[in-house]
Amino acid sequence: MTREEVYVRLNKIFQSVFDDESIIVNASTCAEDIEDWDSFEHINLVVAVEHEFGIKFNIKEAKNFKNVGEMVEVIMSRGEQ
Amino acid sequence: MLKELQYPFKPEDIIAKKKSIKKQLLAANDNWLDKKIAILGGSTTHDIRLILELFLLNYGIRPSFYESEYNQYYQDAVFPNQELEAFAPDIIYIHTTNRNIINYPKLSDDSETVDNLLLAEIERFQSVWESLKERYHCPIIQNNFEMPAYRLLGNKDASDIHGKVNFLSRLNMEFYSYAQEHENFYICDINYLSADYGLKEWSDPFYYHMYKYALNVNAIPYLSFNVANMIKSIFGKNEKGFVLDLDNTLWGGVIGDDGVENIVLGPEEAEGQVYSEFQRYVKEHQQLGVVLNIASKNEEENALAGLQHPDSELSQDDFIVIKANWEAKDENVRRIADELGVLPDSLVFIDDNPAERHIVREQIPGICVPEIGEAHHYIQNIDRGGYFEVTTFSSEDAKRNEMYQENVVRAKLQASFSDYHDYLLSLEMKAVIKPFEPIYMARIAQLTNKSNQFNLTTHRYTQAELEDIAADASYITLYGKLSDRFGDNGVVSVVIGHVVEDECRIDLWLMSCRVLKRDMEAAMLDTLVSQCKEHGVTRIRGYYYPTSKNGMVRDFYSTRGFIKVSEDATGNTEWMYELTGEYIPQNTVIQVEE
Repeated sequence: MTREEVYVRLNKIFQSVFDDESIIVNASTCAEDIEDWDSFEHINLVVAVEHEFGIKFNIKEAKNFKNVGEMVEVIMSRGEQ
Repeated sequence: MLKELQYPFKPEDIIAKKKSIKKQLLAANDNWLDKKIAILGGSTTHDIRLILELFLLNYGIRPSFYESEYNQYYQDAVFPNQELEAFAPDIIYIHTTNRNIINYPKLSDDSETVDNLLLAEIERFQSVWESLKERYHCPIIQNNFEMPAYRLLGNKDASDIHGKVNFLSRLNMEFYSYAQEHENFYICDINYLSADYGLKEWSDPFYYHMYKYALNVNAIPYLSFNVANMIKSIFGKNEKGFVLDLDNTLWGGVIGDDGVENIVLGPEEAEGQVYSEFQRYVKEHQQLGVVLNIASKNEEENALAGLQHPDSELSQDDFIVIKANWEAKDENVRRIADELGVLPDSLVFIDDNPAERHIVREQIPGICVPEIGEAHHYIQNIDRGGYFEVTTFSSEDAKRNEMYQENVVRAKLQASFSDYHDYLLSLEMKAVIKPFEPIYMARIAQLTNKSNQFNLTTHRYTQAELEDIAADASYITLYGKLSDRFGDNGVVSVVIGHVVEDECRIDLWLMSCRVLKRDMEAAMLDTLVSQCKEHGVTRIRGYYYPTSKNGMVRDFYSTRGFIKVSEDATGNTEWMYELTGEYIPQNTVIQVEE
């Protein structure tokens, strides 16, 4: 799985969770950039990403994503295992 | 009915797409039952509310919510709460879990200490329920407790008084006792739900430590679905019956091709056992008053031969309407609904053939057509759909099958009369028409919430509201029971009139469709008029508010001699009946006890 593929799949999840097809995420996209991205939606995002990629985040990871780039790094590292 | 929300659903899709699902649901309906729902949580309830909203919208219920602040269920319930009082909930859901237990027993505690700990928990919850009942007079849904996430004593945790398993089980039994002794109090069985989901996954602590959810976020759709089923049942929106296919649904094989001796049914081998078990499951529903019907593409004689199979648990007599022919299934479902006098969308269609399911789903909006899977999973997939969720169980429900059977006999009798009035007289009908009485309140509440067709205003009432109205001297209330030579139909009609000075305003007039064209409405009017005269009323004002389902009573008041006094752009009409002259009773066929 390439980094580009991860971004394509992540983008779909963001569009669906926030019900906004105009969303395009990049490495620096963070909660401040998306209006509805609050702590409640964050858990939905986590659950949706876990399901899409068949992985589980630990609490430390799930809490500390500062931006989409960090999320992608965790997903990529899981893919290598 | 949105397929994404029909059991078996994909919880991850509901979680990820809930915003667009909500938009779809809101766009698909314009005839909502509006209800106010208070959620009092002992842990985070945010997504429980959002997903509950989807399932309720899917049932035609448009909720508005009050949601307590995090873990404020106790404070919100027992202390004065202006916000909640102003909200005036129609229903309260208390989402507590074993995370809300304050003190578990210690191993060193003696049995008296453990009993006291148990009592302290029970009393805390009872004070919540009593206070809510006192303040809000509405139905309460209360979670029981799921089993603990770990067992310090291992297996002995279940049997030893110090074990958490033992403690929570005893608490649950106390909750059930309270539910048995109190009306309008219902247990949401998260103990079963969590076991069904898998307790280990359900109580994955990730979600508690991340966001104080007391259950796995992925399990929330199952919880919310379960609560929605209870709510729609409380508001009288349960389904009424099954329409079942035969070949490969109630038995294995195709009876027309294989012959009755070769269909797969009975205890001899695995596949036959599966169908026998499914037949037993279907038959059990009769006890709930769920009506059984057949729609099968077969010659009728073959269909009936299958039901006479020596190993068949179901017999011809168990079914009210049997349609075995080569017509389209949706057409047969419509005819069945017609003969029963119910709407097609109140039936659950069970068929192993995906093409038949598809056509019925497409052709009959609102009908439940579950994806039932393989034969050995039929029961699982149907049972968890919550179509017949039991909250209140009236004696009427238990007798419903008999009543539909009687209707079939009446229809045959009617065919033998050329004069309809003679037919009505031959029924030897007797009615009881009286002001509301406590023993019928549950049934009256049920009728006000599920009658759609013969319903002039479609006002919905909770049992508590009806009790208040019955106790208020400025209201005239009437219930009508109808029986005839074939049996007792029970309470079938309800009228509520509000007396304002010398005028009686008909807030509600409804009748069950099972007694259409029996002149029961004329008998109700006669009694209403005599009650009005006793109250010094000189005119009756009637209202008709059109919905997508009550077209049959558009001209009801006109037929009964009312004069139309106004009509607005949306078709709402107002009618007046002057009581100044002599009143000639309109009913000539029913003997009435007032």
